[in-house]
Amino acid sequence: MELQVDDKIAYVATGGRVFDPNLETVVFVHGAGQDHTIWVLPTRYFARHDRNVLSVDLPGHGRSEGHALNSVEDMADWVVRVLDTAGLQTSAVVGHSMGSLVALDAAARYPDRVRAVAMVATSVPLPVIDKLLTTSKANDHAALEMLTLWGYSPSAHIGGNATPGMWMTGGGIRLLERNAPGVLHADLVACNNYVAGLERAEEVSCPVLLVLGKRDAMTPPRATGDLSRKLRDVQTVLLTGSGHALLSERPDEVLDALIRIV
Amino acid sequence: MSTPNNYKFDTLSLHAGQQPDSATGARATPIYQTASYVFRSADHAASIFNIERTGHVYSRISNPTNAVLEERISALEGGVGAIATASGQAALHLAIVTLMGAGSHIVSSQSVYGGTHNLLAYTMPRFGIETTFVDPRDVEAFRKAIQPDTRLVFGETLGNPGLEVLNIPEVAKVAHEAGLPLLVDSTFTTPHLCKPLELGADLVYHSATKFIGGHGVAIGGLLVDGGIFDWEASGKFPTLTEPYDGFHDLDFVEEFGPAAFITRARKEGIRDFGACMSANTAFLILQGLETLPLRMEKHIENTRRVVQYLKDHDAVEWVRFPELPDHPDFELARTLLPRGCGAVFCFGIKGGRAAGQGFIERLELFSHLANIGDAKSLVIHPASTTHHRMDAQALEAAGISSGLVRMSVGIEDPADLISDIEKGLRASQKV
Repeated sequence: MELQVDDKIAYVATGGRVFDPNLETVVFVHGAGQDHTIWVLPTRYFARHDRNVLSVDLPGHGRSEGHALNSVEDMADWVVRVLDTAGLQTSAVVGHSMGSLVALDAAARYPDRVRAVAMVATSVPLPVIDKLLTTSKANDHAALEMLTLWGYSPSAHIGGNATPGMWMTGGGIRLLERNAPGVLHADLVACNNYVAGLERAEEVSCPVLLVLGKRDAMTPPRATGDLSRKLRDVQTVLLTGSGHALLSERPDEVLDALIRIV
Repeated sequence: MSTPNNYKFDTLSLHAGQQPDSATGARATPIYQTASYVFRSADHAASIFNIERTGHVYSRISNPTNAVLEERISALEGGVGAIATASGQAALHLAIVTLMGAGSHIVSSQSVYGGTHNLLAYTMPRFGIETTFVDPRDVEAFRKAIQPDTRLVFGETLGNPGLEVLNIPEVAKVAHEAGLPLLVDSTFTTPHLCKPLELGADLVYHSATKFIGGHGVAIGGLLVDGGIFDWEASGKFPTLTEPYDGFHDLDFVEEFGPAAFITRARKEGIRDFGACMSANTAFLILQGLETLPLRMEKHIENTRRVVQYLKDHDAVEWVRFPELPDHPDFELARTLLPRGCGAVFCFGIKGGRAAGQGFIERLELFSHLANIGDAKSLVIHPASTTHHRMDAQALEAAGISSGLVRMSVGIEDPADLISDIEKGLRASQKV
């Protein structure tokens, strides 16, 4: 459905069901250069299991108007404005990669609005290598290729997709190709510049779930040690064999983990 | 972070889509010869039916053996996903019915496989889908043939049997300017020689019966979605952009993004029309696909030797093969098909129809049958077989003369092939 946020269309997918504010809400936030479609399976599940689903396209992504926001904090503020526009007081917030930082930040700065957080394929901080920043700034297709190559485990580059007949890395790169120039770079800069994450983690009072991939080369599990220690109420699910693209590589296991907290 | 390496084509041909079997450790792809699959619980069953979880429900819709083949061809073509069908014809039909209904129109190359021509010219009109056929070399003709109700532009990488090289980039431009996708039949080329998606096509299909399977043992088709075409921006494809009653108002573009087309094709087309591939067939085609790069190189090498031999032979009037400088698409072929123009070509024997018949009937090693792309060498006379339903005008329009002989050169020892041809040519001139 479309909402008007900041005088612009904000697209939120509702898992194929009608928006129902009487149910407990879950907001899903995608990663850098992506859109709501990465969440198609879990959003369809929760929409049919007593949850009100809002899977956002951040500004400048997917079907949402506007320019990509410049910081994780701005994205978190925007997510809360989406809740305001939809007339919702509280929500669980689930984020993948960059989206996980948004979820964390929203929970820290808006504790009365976020009842639970799931951070899928995360690390705090989330630095981005110079090569990726420079190629994405140039809107060079090589940036998409790097993200696709590093974003999946070695096994996923062979395949064996849980979704029959679908080539994981093919779908991944096609989604990234849909971005307008500058969007991916803005997202990567936002990730790289998010330095307040560990401080924010100390401020989070709601339960937090970390869902990590053991073969994640972009946000390796070993980089979440400080995050885990800073969070007051945290549980971690480590999925063996999976890379950063957990939603593609282990969709059912990610869903099983989310069910615990959402 | 070190620079990542991507697996190359030859490796993907062997491995893509398959991990060692989790239940048994089997290295080869198991043949999941099962009609259906047990659910863990009622909720699990519902979740798979409702596309909330992954999994298999019924082998008409998806099967683990087929899934390996589907992933593999997607990887090799550079697509987002694929569906294995009962035949190449079924793959073409699936593409058409996923995109359009009665009252729609297709612009197609006129130089296409006889079965394709049948489907488009005679059968689909009964269901309200008409086709205009155009000269594949005339890009403007594609443009002029587009009507308000056109929903697809179609051609073959190499025309059958005229071997016209389709100018995929230019035809794709014409299609896209009209908000239409380009579907390309890449049966003659396979992804080893041509990747239509990289040249601008949106959808690709194969008769996997041919070079992909490579051994003439199984009938099958493969339809690949490039995941590139913007169905929403086109505004002409309500099957993909509007709620679908047959699946609880699912809007495929909205929920699946780049995978909208192939998801609809599976959730509706394969489900309802049912032209699925059997698991055993998928296994057989996978066996062939594993050696696609090796076989295609041998096919090309042998074809070049046979073509050169025929070109120099007194009993041969002409040879039509895009790698020959006198072929109208020689330069275009060098650009679009730099690795070679495949293993199918045509030639005309002096003495016309009777000489052609005499030639074919003398051959021992070349098999006279209706197929191409077998590891074994094949030969046929199209006017009396694959294109026999076309009238004289249609044959001429498709570039098929009565004496035309089509060869599909296999991977035998080339000396043996040439020896066989020599005997055939001698016999042809005694008729």
